[in-house]
Amino acid sequence: MLDVRGIKKVYESKDRTVEAVRDLTFTLQAGELACLVGPSGCGKTTLLKIMSGLLDPTAGEVLLEGKRVDGPPPGMAVVFQEYGRSLFPWMTVRENVELPLKQKKLATTRRKELVDESLAAVGLAEAHAAYPWQLSGGMQQRVAIARAVAYEPHVLLMDEPFAAVDAQTRADLEDLIRDLWHRFQVTTLFVTHDIDEAVYLGQRVLILSNSPTVIRDDLAIDLPDERDQLTTRSSPRFAELRARVYEQIHRAKPAAEPVGAGATAVPPSADHGTAEFGA
Amino acid sequence: MTGILRRVGMTIGLPVLLLAAWWFASANSTDFFFPPLSQILESLVDEWFGPRLAADVLPSVLRLAAGYALAAVVAVSLGVLIGTSRTVRGVLEPVLEFFRAIPPPVLVPIFILLLGIGDGMKVVVIAFGCMWPILLNTVEGVRAVDSVLSDTARTYGITGVARLRKLVLPAASPQIFAGLRQGLSVAIILMVISELFAASNGLGFAVVQAQRSFAIAETWAGMLMLGLLGFLLALLFRVVENRQLRWYHGLRRAQRSS
Repeated sequence: MLDVRGIKKVYESKDRTVEAVRDLTFTLQAGELACLVGPSGCGKTTLLKIMSGLLDPTAGEVLLEGKRVDGPPPGMAVVFQEYGRSLFPWMTVRENVELPLKQKKLATTRRKELVDESLAAVGLAEAHAAYPWQLSGGMQQRVAIARAVAYEPHVLLMDEPFAAVDAQTRADLEDLIRDLWHRFQVTTLFVTHDIDEAVYLGQRVLILSNSPTVIRDDLAIDLPDERDQLTTRSSPRFAELRARVYEQIHRAKPAAEPVGAGATAVPPSADHGTAEFGA
Repeated sequence: MTGILRRVGMTIGLPVLLLAAWWFASANSTDFFFPPLSQILESLVDEWFGPRLAADVLPSVLRLAAGYALAAVVAVSLGVLIGTSRTVRGVLEPVLEFFRAIPPPVLVPIFILLLGIGDGMKVVVIAFGCMWPILLNTVEGVRAVDSVLSDTARTYGITGVARLRKLVLPAASPQIFAGLRQGLSVAIILMVISELFAASNGLGFAVVQAQRSFAIAETWAGMLMLGLLGFLLALLFRVVENRQLRWYHGLRRAQRSS
Protein backbone atom coordinates (compact mmCIF):
# COMPACT_ATOMS: atom_id res chain seq x y z
CA MET A 1 0.00 0.00 0.00
CA LEU A 2 2.62 2.53 1.06
CA ASP A 3 6.23 2.11 0.02
CA VAL A 4 8.96 4.26 1.52
CA ARG A 5 12.26 3.83 -0.30
CA GLY A 6 15.59 5.26 0.71
CA ILE A 7 14.29 8.56 2.03
CA LYS A 8 17.02 11.02 2.79
CA LYS A 9 16.64 14.61 3.90
CA VAL A 10 19.44 17.09 4.27
CA TYR A 11 18.82 20.63 5.46
CA GLU A 12 21.31 23.12 4.12
CA SER A 13 21.74 26.62 5.48
CA LYS A 14 24.57 29.12 5.17
CA ASP A 15 26.16 28.03 8.44
CA ARG A 16 25.74 24.30 8.41
CA THR A 17 24.40 21.26 6.70
CA VAL A 18 22.23 18.95 8.78
CA GLU A 19 21.52 15.42 7.66
CA ALA A 20 18.22 14.95 9.41
CA VAL A 21 17.27 11.66 7.80
CA ARG A 22 19.85 9.33 6.31
CA ASP A 23 17.96 6.35 4.90
CA LEU A 24 14.45 5.24 5.68
CA THR A 25 12.99 2.24 3.90
CA PHE A 26 9.88 0.30 4.87
CA THR A 27 6.55 -0.85 3.50
CA LEU A 28 3.06 -0.62 4.93
CA GLN A 29 0.63 -3.37 3.97
CA ALA A 30 -3.01 -2.54 3.30
CA GLY A 31 -5.13 -2.40 6.43
CA GLU A 32 -2.13 -2.38 8.75
CA LEU A 33 -1.87 -0.29 11.91
CA ALA A 34 1.82 0.49 12.34
CA CYS A 35 3.47 2.78 14.86
CA LEU A 36 6.62 4.75 14.30
CA VAL A 37 8.55 5.61 17.42
CA GLY A 38 11.89 7.25 18.01
CA PRO A 39 13.84 9.61 20.24
CA SER A 40 13.01 13.31 20.19
CA GLY A 41 14.43 15.18 17.26
CA CYS A 42 15.06 12.11 15.15
CA GLY A 43 13.02 13.38 12.23
CA LYS A 44 9.67 11.69 12.77
CA THR A 45 7.80 14.80 11.72
CA THR A 46 10.16 15.32 8.77
CA LEU A 47 9.45 11.80 7.61
CA LEU A 48 5.73 12.31 7.97
CA LYS A 49 5.82 15.53 5.99
CA ILE A 50 7.78 13.79 3.24
CA MET A 51 5.37 10.87 3.20
CA SER A 52 2.38 13.16 2.96
CA GLY A 53 3.92 15.15 0.13
CA LEU A 54 4.23 18.39 2.09
CA LEU A 55 8.03 18.28 1.92
CA ASP A 56 10.34 17.02 -0.81
CA PRO A 57 13.07 14.54 0.16
CA THR A 58 16.68 15.14 -0.83
CA ALA A 59 16.75 11.58 -2.15
CA GLY A 60 14.47 8.58 -2.23
CA GLU A 61 10.79 8.31 -2.96
CA VAL A 62 7.45 7.39 -1.48
CA LEU A 63 4.97 5.28 -3.42
CA LEU A 64 1.31 5.23 -2.59
CA GLU A 65 -0.37 2.23 -4.22
CA GLY A 66 2.43 2.14 -6.74
CA LYS A 67 2.28 5.80 -7.68
CA ARG A 68 5.03 8.19 -6.73
CA VAL A 69 4.09 10.86 -4.17
CA ASP A 70 4.85 14.33 -5.48
CA GLY A 71 2.84 16.81 -3.47
CA PRO A 72 -0.05 15.78 -1.25
CA PRO A 73 -1.79 12.82 -2.92
CA PRO A 74 -5.54 12.30 -2.86
CA GLY A 75 -6.41 9.26 -0.81
CA MET A 76 -4.18 10.28 2.07
CA ALA A 77 -5.33 12.05 5.23
CA VAL A 78 -3.11 13.55 7.92
CA VAL A 79 -3.92 14.31 11.55
CA PHE A 80 -1.52 16.83 13.04
CA GLN A 81 -0.39 17.26 16.61
CA GLU A 82 -1.60 20.85 16.86
CA TYR A 83 -5.33 20.23 16.75
CA GLY A 84 -6.13 23.83 17.62
CA ARG A 85 -4.39 25.06 14.51
CA SER A 86 -5.60 22.42 12.09
CA LEU A 87 -9.32 23.14 12.38
CA PHE A 88 -10.83 26.13 10.58
CA PRO A 89 -12.08 28.47 13.33
CA TRP A 90 -14.62 30.23 11.13
CA MET A 91 -16.45 26.98 10.42
CA THR A 92 -18.56 24.81 12.69
CA VAL A 93 -17.54 21.24 13.47
CA ARG A 94 -19.85 19.92 10.79
CA GLU A 95 -18.52 22.35 8.18
CA ASN A 96 -14.95 21.43 9.10
CA VAL A 97 -15.58 17.73 8.60
CA GLU A 98 -17.51 18.38 5.41
CA LEU A 99 -14.94 20.65 3.76
CA PRO A 100 -12.63 17.95 2.28
CA LEU A 101 -15.71 16.08 1.08
CA LYS A 102 -16.94 19.15 -0.78
CA GLN A 103 -13.51 19.36 -2.33
CA LYS A 104 -13.87 15.76 -3.43
CA LYS A 105 -17.11 16.81 -5.16
CA LEU A 106 -19.30 14.25 -3.39
CA ALA A 107 -23.10 14.53 -3.57
CA THR A 108 -24.86 16.34 -0.74
CA THR A 109 -26.60 13.25 0.63
CA ARG A 110 -23.42 11.20 0.61
CA ARG A 111 -21.56 14.04 2.37
CA LYS A 112 -24.19 14.24 5.08
CA GLU A 113 -24.01 10.48 5.55
CA LEU A 114 -20.23 10.50 5.94
CA VAL A 115 -20.20 13.49 8.27
CA ASP A 116 -22.91 12.06 10.52
CA GLU A 117 -21.25 8.66 10.60
CA SER A 118 -17.78 9.92 11.42
CA LEU A 119 -18.97 12.39 14.07
CA ALA A 120 -20.97 9.61 15.71
CA ALA A 121 -17.96 7.28 15.50
CA VAL A 122 -15.82 9.74 17.48
CA GLY A 123 -18.65 10.49 19.90
CA LEU A 124 -19.29 14.10 18.86
CA ALA A 125 -22.70 13.84 17.20
CA GLU A 126 -24.17 16.54 19.49
CA ALA A 127 -21.33 18.97 18.93
CA HIS A 128 -21.83 19.29 15.18
CA ALA A 129 -23.04 22.90 15.33
CA ALA A 130 -20.34 24.12 17.70
CA TYR A 131 -17.24 26.02 16.72
CA PRO A 132 -13.85 24.35 17.35
CA TRP A 133 -12.78 26.96 19.88
CA GLN A 134 -15.82 26.16 21.98
CA LEU A 135 -14.57 22.60 22.47
CA SER A 136 -11.90 21.12 24.72
CA GLY A 137 -8.56 19.95 23.36
CA GLY A 138 -9.52 16.29 23.27
CA MET A 139 -12.77 17.09 21.47
CA GLN A 140 -10.95 19.21 18.92
CA GLN A 141 -8.60 16.34 18.13
CA ARG A 142 -11.61 14.06 17.76
CA VAL A 143 -13.01 16.48 15.19
CA ALA A 144 -9.72 16.35 13.28
CA ILE A 145 -9.86 12.55 13.41
CA ALA A 146 -13.50 12.54 12.29
CA ARG A 147 -12.56 14.78 9.39
CA ALA A 148 -9.78 12.39 8.38
CA VAL A 149 -12.05 9.34 8.67
CA ALA A 150 -14.95 10.93 6.76
CA TYR A 151 -12.53 11.59 3.90
CA GLU A 152 -12.33 7.78 3.42
CA PRO A 153 -8.58 7.85 2.87
CA HIS A 154 -6.53 4.88 1.72
CA VAL A 155 -3.78 5.80 4.15
CA LEU A 156 -4.06 7.70 7.41
CA LEU A 157 -0.96 9.40 8.79
CA MET A 158 -1.00 10.66 12.37
CA ASP A 159 1.79 12.89 13.63
CA GLU A 160 1.99 12.54 17.43
CA PRO A 161 -1.72 13.41 17.61
CA PHE A 162 -2.05 12.89 21.36
CA ALA A 163 1.18 14.52 22.48
CA ALA A 164 -0.59 17.74 23.45
CA VAL A 165 -3.50 16.10 25.21
CA ASP A 166 -3.79 15.12 28.89
CA ALA A 167 -3.13 11.51 29.90
CA GLN A 168 -6.72 10.44 30.58
CA THR A 169 -7.99 11.91 27.33
CA ARG A 170 -5.05 10.27 25.60
CA ALA A 171 -6.12 6.84 26.85
CA ASP A 172 -9.64 7.40 25.48
CA LEU A 173 -8.32 8.61 22.16
CA GLU A 174 -5.97 5.64 21.82
CA ASP A 175 -8.92 3.28 22.23
CA LEU A 176 -10.84 5.40 19.74
CA ILE A 177 -8.11 4.91 17.15
CA ARG A 178 -8.18 1.15 17.56
CA ASP A 179 -11.98 1.16 17.30
CA LEU A 180 -11.93 3.26 14.16
CA TRP A 181 -9.23 1.07 12.68
CA HIS A 182 -11.27 -2.08 13.35
CA ARG A 183 -14.35 -0.47 11.92
CA PHE A 184 -12.99 1.23 8.81
CA GLN A 185 -9.89 -0.91 8.13
CA VAL A 186 -7.78 2.06 7.06
CA THR A 187 -4.02 1.60 6.65
CA THR A 188 -2.64 3.75 9.46
CA LEU A 189 0.80 4.99 10.36
CA PHE A 190 0.87 6.41 13.88
CA VAL A 191 3.93 8.46 14.78
CA THR A 192 4.63 8.91 18.47
CA HIS A 193 7.38 9.46 20.99
CA ASP A 194 5.47 7.50 23.61
CA ILE A 195 6.77 3.93 23.68
CA ASP A 196 3.83 2.56 25.68
CA GLU A 197 1.40 4.09 23.24
CA ALA A 198 3.24 2.62 20.26
CA VAL A 199 3.24 -0.90 21.69
CA TYR A 200 -0.39 -0.63 22.86
CA LEU A 201 -1.71 0.58 19.53
CA GLY A 202 0.31 -1.05 16.81
CA GLN A 203 0.42 -4.37 15.06
CA ARG A 204 3.95 -3.40 14.30
CA VAL A 205 6.41 -0.88 15.71
CA LEU A 206 9.09 0.77 13.60
CA ILE A 207 11.88 2.12 15.72
CA LEU A 208 13.96 5.04 14.49
CA SER A 209 17.47 5.83 15.55
CA ASN A 210 18.90 9.18 16.52
CA SER A 211 19.70 11.68 13.84
CA PRO A 212 20.97 10.99 11.11
CA THR A 213 18.00 8.72 11.16
CA VAL A 214 17.67 5.18 9.97
CA ILE A 215 15.31 2.38 11.00
CA ARG A 216 16.83 0.59 13.93
CA ASP A 217 14.26 -2.11 14.27
CA ASP A 218 10.91 -3.31 13.04
CA LEU A 219 9.07 -5.20 15.71
CA ALA A 220 5.94 -7.27 15.25
CA ILE A 221 3.54 -6.86 18.15
CA ASP A 222 1.87 -10.15 18.91
CA LEU A 223 -0.52 -8.89 21.54
CA PRO A 224 -4.13 -9.98 21.12
CA ASP A 225 -6.29 -8.01 18.73
CA GLU A 226 -8.75 -7.03 21.46
CA ARG A 227 -6.83 -4.68 23.70
CA ASP A 228 -7.82 -2.55 26.63
CA GLN A 229 -5.95 -0.09 28.77
CA LEU A 230 -6.10 -2.08 31.97
CA THR A 231 -5.40 -5.71 31.08
CA THR A 232 -3.22 -5.31 28.02
CA ARG A 233 -0.92 -2.81 29.65
CA SER A 234 -0.37 -5.02 32.67
CA SER A 235 0.27 -8.20 30.68
CA PRO A 236 3.81 -9.63 30.81
CA ARG A 237 4.09 -9.75 27.03
CA PHE A 238 3.38 -6.00 26.90
CA ALA A 239 6.18 -5.39 29.37
CA GLU A 240 8.60 -7.50 27.33
CA LEU A 241 7.81 -5.75 24.09
CA ARG A 242 7.94 -2.39 25.74
CA ALA A 243 11.33 -3.19 27.21
CA ARG A 244 12.71 -4.15 23.81
CA VAL A 245 11.54 -0.93 22.25
CA TYR A 246 12.85 1.09 25.15
CA GLU A 247 16.20 -0.59 24.89
CA GLN A 248 16.50 0.08 21.18
CA ILE A 249 15.69 3.72 21.58
CA HIS A 250 17.93 4.42 24.50
CA ARG A 251 21.05 2.96 22.98
CA ALA A 252 23.46 5.85 23.12
CA LYS A 253 25.10 5.47 19.77
CA PRO A 254 23.25 6.53 16.63
CA ALA A 255 22.86 3.58 14.26
CA ALA A 256 25.35 3.63 11.40
CA GLU A 257 23.76 0.86 9.38
CA PRO A 258 20.15 0.89 8.35
CA VAL A 259 18.09 -2.23 8.95
CA GLY A 260 15.76 -3.36 6.17
CA ALA A 261 12.00 -3.45 6.73
CA GLY A 262 10.55 -6.61 8.17
CA ALA A 263 13.76 -7.78 9.73
CA THR A 264 14.25 -7.86 13.45
CA ALA A 265 17.99 -8.31 13.48
CA VAL A 266 20.14 -6.99 16.29
CA PRO A 267 22.59 -4.31 15.11
CA PRO A 268 26.20 -5.50 15.39
CA SER A 269 26.99 -2.82 17.94
CA ALA A 270 24.77 -4.47 20.56
CA ASP A 271 26.52 -4.09 23.86
CA HIS A 272 24.57 -6.35 26.16
CA GLY A 273 23.59 -9.87 25.42
CA THR A 274 19.86 -9.33 25.66
CA ALA A 275 17.20 -11.83 24.76
CA GLU A 276 16.51 -12.66 21.13
CA PHE A 277 14.27 -10.36 19.15
CA GLY A 278 11.38 -11.30 17.02
CA ALA A 279 7.93 -12.54 17.74
CA MET B 1 -34.08 47.24 33.38
CA THR B 2 -31.38 48.88 35.44
CA GLY B 3 -28.77 47.14 33.30
CA ILE B 4 -30.01 48.80 30.14
CA LEU B 5 -30.43 52.15 31.86
CA ARG B 6 -26.89 51.93 33.11
CA ARG B 7 -25.52 51.11 29.68
CA VAL B 8 -27.45 53.89 27.97
CA GLY B 9 -26.46 56.26 30.75
CA MET B 10 -22.80 55.42 30.32
CA THR B 11 -22.92 55.83 26.56
CA ILE B 12 -24.65 59.20 26.38
CA GLY B 13 -23.54 60.49 29.76
CA LEU B 14 -20.34 62.27 28.78
CA PRO B 15 -21.62 63.74 25.49
CA VAL B 16 -24.66 65.15 27.28
CA LEU B 17 -22.41 66.57 29.97
CA LEU B 18 -20.09 68.21 27.45
CA LEU B 19 -22.98 69.65 25.49
CA ALA B 20 -24.51 71.01 28.67
CA ALA B 21 -21.20 72.59 29.64
CA TRP B 22 -20.88 74.15 26.18
CA TRP B 23 -24.46 75.39 26.36
CA PHE B 24 -24.07 77.17 29.63
CA ALA B 25 -20.61 78.49 28.87
CA SER B 26 -21.71 80.05 25.60
CA ALA B 27 -25.26 81.04 26.53
CA ASN B 28 -24.60 84.75 26.87
CA SER B 29 -21.77 84.95 24.42
CA THR B 30 -21.58 88.08 22.26
CA ASP B 31 -18.37 87.02 20.56
CA PHE B 32 -18.96 86.90 16.83
CA PHE B 33 -16.88 83.78 16.34
CA PHE B 34 -18.26 81.80 19.29
CA PRO B 35 -22.04 82.02 19.09
CA PRO B 36 -24.27 80.45 21.74
CA LEU B 37 -24.83 76.72 21.34
CA SER B 38 -28.55 77.35 20.93
CA GLN B 39 -27.89 79.21 17.68
CA ILE B 40 -25.57 76.50 16.43
CA LEU B 41 -28.08 73.77 17.15
CA GLU B 42 -30.79 75.85 15.49
CA SER B 43 -28.65 76.07 12.38
CA LEU B 44 -27.92 72.37 12.55
CA VAL B 45 -31.57 71.45 12.62
CA ASP B 46 -32.87 74.08 10.20
CA GLU B 47 -30.11 74.11 7.64
CA TRP B 48 -28.07 70.93 7.85
CA PHE B 49 -30.94 68.59 8.51
CA GLY B 50 -33.04 70.69 6.17
CA PRO B 51 -32.17 71.72 2.61
CA ARG B 52 -28.45 71.07 2.98
CA LEU B 53 -29.03 67.40 3.68
CA ALA B 54 -29.98 66.64 0.11
CA ALA B 55 -27.94 69.41 -1.47
CA ASP B 56 -24.61 68.82 0.27
CA VAL B 57 -24.51 65.91 2.68
CA LEU B 58 -25.95 63.37 0.28
CA PRO B 59 -23.55 64.05 -2.62
CA SER B 60 -20.62 63.89 -0.22
CA VAL B 61 -21.73 60.60 1.26
CA LEU B 62 -22.29 59.14 -2.21
CA ARG B 63 -18.81 60.14 -3.31
CA LEU B 64 -17.42 58.72 -0.10
CA ALA B 65 -19.20 55.42 -0.69
CA ALA B 66 -17.96 55.20 -4.27
CA GLY B 67 -14.37 56.01 -3.37
CA TYR B 68 -14.34 53.67 -0.39
CA ALA B 69 -15.86 50.78 -2.35
CA LEU B 70 -13.39 51.28 -5.18
CA ALA B 71 -10.48 51.36 -2.74
CA ALA B 72 -11.71 48.23 -0.95
CA VAL B 73 -12.04 46.18 -4.11
CA VAL B 74 -8.70 47.28 -5.58
CA ALA B 75 -6.78 47.08 -2.30
CA VAL B 76 -8.05 43.67 -1.23
CA SER B 77 -7.46 42.14 -4.68
CA LEU B 78 -4.01 43.64 -4.98
CA GLY B 79 -3.27 42.74 -1.36
CA VAL B 80 -4.12 39.08 -1.88
CA LEU B 81 -1.92 38.99 -4.96
CA ILE B 82 1.01 40.65 -3.22
CA GLY B 83 0.62 38.63 -0.06
CA THR B 84 0.63 35.31 -1.87
CA SER B 85 3.58 35.77 -4.17
CA ARG B 86 7.01 36.68 -2.95
CA THR B 87 8.13 37.78 -6.41
CA VAL B 88 5.19 40.12 -6.84
CA ARG B 89 5.88 41.55 -3.41
CA GLY B 90 9.54 42.11 -4.19
CA VAL B 91 8.78 43.81 -7.47
CA LEU B 92 5.97 46.06 -6.28
CA GLU B 93 7.07 46.97 -2.78
CA PRO B 94 9.43 49.91 -3.51
CA VAL B 95 6.90 51.56 -5.82
CA LEU B 96 4.06 51.05 -3.37
CA GLU B 97 6.09 52.45 -0.50
CA PHE B 98 6.77 55.55 -2.59
CA PHE B 99 3.13 56.21 -3.40
CA ARG B 100 2.03 55.43 0.09
CA ALA B 101 4.35 58.05 1.50
CA ILE B 102 2.75 60.92 -0.41
CA PRO B 103 0.15 62.69 1.75
CA PRO B 104 -3.10 62.49 -0.24
CA PRO B 105 -4.07 66.17 0.20
CA VAL B 106 -0.95 67.07 -1.78
CA LEU B 107 -2.23 64.96 -4.64
CA VAL B 108 -5.46 66.91 -4.96
CA PRO B 109 -3.99 69.66 -7.19
CA ILE B 110 -2.36 67.00 -9.35
CA PHE B 111 -5.60 65.06 -9.67
CA ILE B 112 -7.38 68.29 -10.55
CA LEU B 113 -4.94 68.75 -13.41
CA LEU B 114 -5.42 65.18 -14.55
CA LEU B 115 -9.11 64.67 -13.94
CA GLY B 116 -10.70 68.09 -13.74
CA ILE B 117 -12.91 69.18 -10.90
CA GLY B 118 -15.87 66.85 -11.23
CA ASP B 119 -17.11 64.01 -9.09
CA GLY B 120 -14.65 61.64 -10.74
CA MET B 121 -11.68 63.48 -9.35
CA LYS B 122 -13.09 63.46 -5.83
CA VAL B 123 -13.85 59.75 -5.95
CA VAL B 124 -10.33 59.01 -7.18
CA VAL B 125 -8.77 61.16 -4.46
CA ILE B 126 -10.76 59.35 -1.80
CA ALA B 127 -9.98 55.93 -3.28
CA PHE B 128 -6.29 56.62 -3.77
CA GLY B 129 -5.81 57.91 -0.26
CA CYS B 130 -7.76 55.34 1.71
CA MET B 131 -6.57 52.24 -0.15
CA TRP B 132 -3.17 52.12 1.56
CA PRO B 133 -4.18 50.94 5.02
CA ILE B 134 -6.51 48.40 3.41
CA LEU B 135 -3.79 47.15 1.07
CA LEU B 136 -1.08 46.85 3.70
CA ASN B 137 -3.32 45.12 6.22
CA THR B 138 -4.54 42.70 3.57
CA VAL B 139 -0.97 41.78 2.67
CA GLU B 140 -0.16 41.17 6.32
CA GLY B 141 -3.28 39.11 6.84
CA VAL B 142 -2.61 36.95 3.81
CA ARG B 143 1.00 36.36 4.79
CA ALA B 144 0.09 35.37 8.32
CA VAL B 145 -2.14 32.42 7.49
CA ASP B 146 -1.36 29.66 9.99
CA SER B 147 1.12 27.12 8.60
CA VAL B 148 -0.62 24.09 10.12
CA LEU B 149 -3.93 25.22 8.65
CA SER B 150 -2.24 25.75 5.31
CA ASP B 151 -0.68 22.24 5.41
CA THR B 152 -4.04 20.76 6.36
CA ALA B 153 -5.67 22.43 3.37
CA ARG B 154 -2.93 21.10 1.10
CA THR B 155 -3.29 17.52 2.30
CA TYR B 156 -7.02 17.60 1.59
CA GLY B 157 -6.41 18.93 -1.91
CA ILE B 158 -7.82 22.40 -1.30
CA THR B 159 -5.92 24.47 -3.84
CA GLY B 160 -6.45 27.36 -6.22
CA VAL B 161 -9.65 29.38 -5.99
CA ALA B 162 -11.10 27.11 -3.31
CA ARG B 163 -8.04 27.77 -1.18
CA LEU B 164 -8.52 31.50 -1.62
CA ARG B 165 -12.22 31.43 -0.75
CA LYS B 166 -12.14 28.92 2.07
CA LEU B 167 -8.74 29.45 3.66
CA VAL B 168 -6.90 32.65 2.76
CA LEU B 169 -9.70 35.22 2.78
CA PRO B 170 -11.42 34.03 5.96
CA ALA B 171 -8.08 33.67 7.74
CA ALA B 172 -7.03 37.17 6.71
CA SER B 173 -10.42 38.76 7.34
CA PRO B 174 -9.73 40.08 10.87
CA GLN B 175 -6.69 41.89 9.53
CA ILE B 176 -8.54 43.06 6.43
CA PHE B 177 -11.31 44.51 8.58
CA ALA B 178 -8.73 46.35 10.64
CA GLY B 179 -7.43 47.87 7.43
CA LEU B 180 -10.94 48.75 6.28
CA ARG B 181 -11.59 50.51 9.56
CA GLN B 182 -8.49 52.67 9.18
CA GLY B 183 -9.37 53.28 5.55
CA LEU B 184 -12.79 54.57 6.55
CA SER B 185 -11.28 57.29 8.72
CA VAL B 186 -8.94 58.34 5.94
CA ALA B 187 -11.78 58.31 3.42
CA ILE B 188 -13.89 60.70 5.50
CA ILE B 189 -11.01 63.13 5.82
CA LEU B 190 -10.34 63.00 2.10
CA MET B 191 -14.01 63.41 1.32
CA VAL B 192 -13.88 66.81 3.01
CA ILE B 193 -10.49 67.83 1.65
CA SER B 194 -11.38 66.98 -1.93
CA GLU B 195 -14.25 69.44 -1.67
CA LEU B 196 -12.28 72.30 -0.17
CA PHE B 197 -10.51 73.40 -3.31
CA ALA B 198 -12.70 72.97 -6.30
CA ALA B 199 -16.28 71.91 -5.73
CA SER B 200 -19.83 73.07 -6.20
CA ASN B 201 -21.51 71.00 -3.54
CA GLY B 202 -20.68 68.79 -0.59
CA LEU B 203 -20.07 68.97 3.13
CA GLY B 204 -16.57 70.34 2.87
CA PHE B 205 -17.65 72.85 0.27
CA ALA B 206 -20.60 74.00 2.39
CA VAL B 207 -18.51 74.44 5.52
CA VAL B 208 -15.93 76.53 3.67
CA GLN B 209 -18.65 78.53 1.95
CA ALA B 210 -20.34 79.21 5.28
CA GLN B 211 -17.03 80.31 6.77
CA ARG B 212 -16.28 82.65 3.88
CA SER B 213 -19.70 84.26 4.01
CA PHE B 214 -19.36 84.67 7.78
CA ALA B 215 -22.29 82.42 8.54
CA ILE B 216 -20.58 81.42 11.75
CA ALA B 217 -23.34 79.34 13.27
CA GLU B 218 -23.56 77.37 10.02
CA THR B 219 -19.84 76.75 10.12
CA TRP B 220 -19.94 75.35 13.63
CA ALA B 221 -23.03 73.33 12.79
CA GLY B 222 -21.27 71.92 9.75
CA MET B 223 -18.50 70.68 12.01
CA LEU B 224 -21.05 69.01 14.28
CA MET B 225 -22.67 67.45 11.23
CA LEU B 226 -19.34 66.00 10.12
CA GLY B 227 -18.74 64.56 13.56
CA LEU B 228 -22.19 62.97 13.58
CA LEU B 229 -21.62 61.51 10.13
CA GLY B 230 -18.30 60.01 11.12
CA PHE B 231 -19.85 58.61 14.27
CA LEU B 232 -22.74 57.00 12.39
CA LEU B 233 -20.45 55.49 9.77
CA ALA B 234 -18.20 54.04 12.46
CA LEU B 235 -21.25 52.55 14.17
CA LEU B 236 -22.44 51.01 10.92
CA PHE B 237 -18.97 49.58 10.34
CA ARG B 238 -18.96 48.04 13.82
CA VAL B 239 -22.30 46.36 13.18
CA VAL B 240 -21.11 44.82 9.90
CA GLU B 241 -17.77 43.78 11.39
CA ASN B 242 -19.37 42.14 14.40
CA ARG B 243 -21.53 40.01 12.16
CA GLN B 244 -18.71 38.99 9.81
CA LEU B 245 -16.15 38.38 12.52
CA ARG B 246 -18.38 36.75 15.11
CA TRP B 247 -16.22 33.63 14.92
CA TYR B 248 -13.09 35.66 15.52
CA HIS B 249 -14.46 37.48 18.55
CA GLY B 250 -15.61 34.16 19.97
CA LEU B 251 -12.19 32.64 19.37
CA ARG B 252 -10.39 35.52 21.08
CA ARG B 253 -12.77 35.36 24.03
CA ALA B 254 -12.10 31.66 24.39
CA GLN B 255 -8.34 32.21 24.21
CA ARG B 256 -8.41 35.01 26.75
CA SER B 257 -10.38 33.06 29.29
CA SER B 258 -8.23 29.90 29.09
